[in-house]
Amino acid sequence: MPNHQINPNKWIDLYSDYLYNYTITRVSDKEIAQDLVQDTFLAALKSMKNFKGEASERTWLISILKRKIIDHYRKINSNKGKAEVRINYNDSESEGDWLEERVSDPYDKTAEDKLQNNELGDAIHNCLDKLPQKQADVFKMKTILGYETEVICNELNITASNLWVIIHRARTAMSDCLEKNWF
Amino acid sequence: MIPCDEANHVCDKTQYKEATLWEKIKLTIHLAYCRACRNYTKSNRKLTAVMKDSKIQCMDESKKASMKTDFEKLLQEHKD
Repeated sequence: MPNHQINPNKWIDLYSDYLYNYTITRVSDKEIAQDLVQDTFLAALKSMKNFKGEASERTWLISILKRKIIDHYRKINSNKGKAEVRINYNDSESEGDWLEERVSDPYDKTAEDKLQNNELGDAIHNCLDKLPQKQADVFKMKTILGYETEVICNELNITASNLWVIIHRARTAMSDCLEKNWF
Repeated sequence: MIPCDEANHVCDKTQYKEATLWEKIKLTIHLAYCRACRNYTKSNRKLTAVMKDSKIQCMDESKKASMKTDFEKLLQEHKD
């Protein structure tokens, strides 16, 4: 097993979008998701000496993030005093009904859809990781964040034709990568 | 008639709804006789669809930048 290195200098560039996307599908609030990602980086920095190099940096960060997300839900639950969920059988007839029967909802297909979307999100992030940093940045800003061409050009100090060349390369690489790993 | 690289450029712009009508007409004519560009257009459309489908999200650039400055300060303290 390869021994993974840890280098916090690159964390935000490399992993913040991945962690954010992971969080937003689970807490669905922009501000909270950003805070949780930031907390994760800080916690990771503090416990860097515990990193054994058995997993990749990203996996390790995700494991910290997972705990942060659980903590977040614990906190809001205890605030409301709603942490407990009670299941009572209402009458003697329904006694013996299993919990599963109560929670199952055959019309709810969103769980599966969501799962598939999360996997697709992972595939996209894995492909984005393989792009050169600049291509990935431009592609994300244009495609995911939906910024105007002009805004991106100003921010990154490039010309419009420059931008389209980068976009073209990124799109070709992304298509190839997703073709191999997803379609 | 437009060359292939221009056709691909228009195709890229179309993915972001930035191509003009005239450009799109020129692209359509090009695609009628160019198999390579037809293939590129097909995979390009597929990529657009899948990106939309994934509902993938990224952090705001400004937020990321401010997070980075905060983190770098801490990193410095951590090293000291």
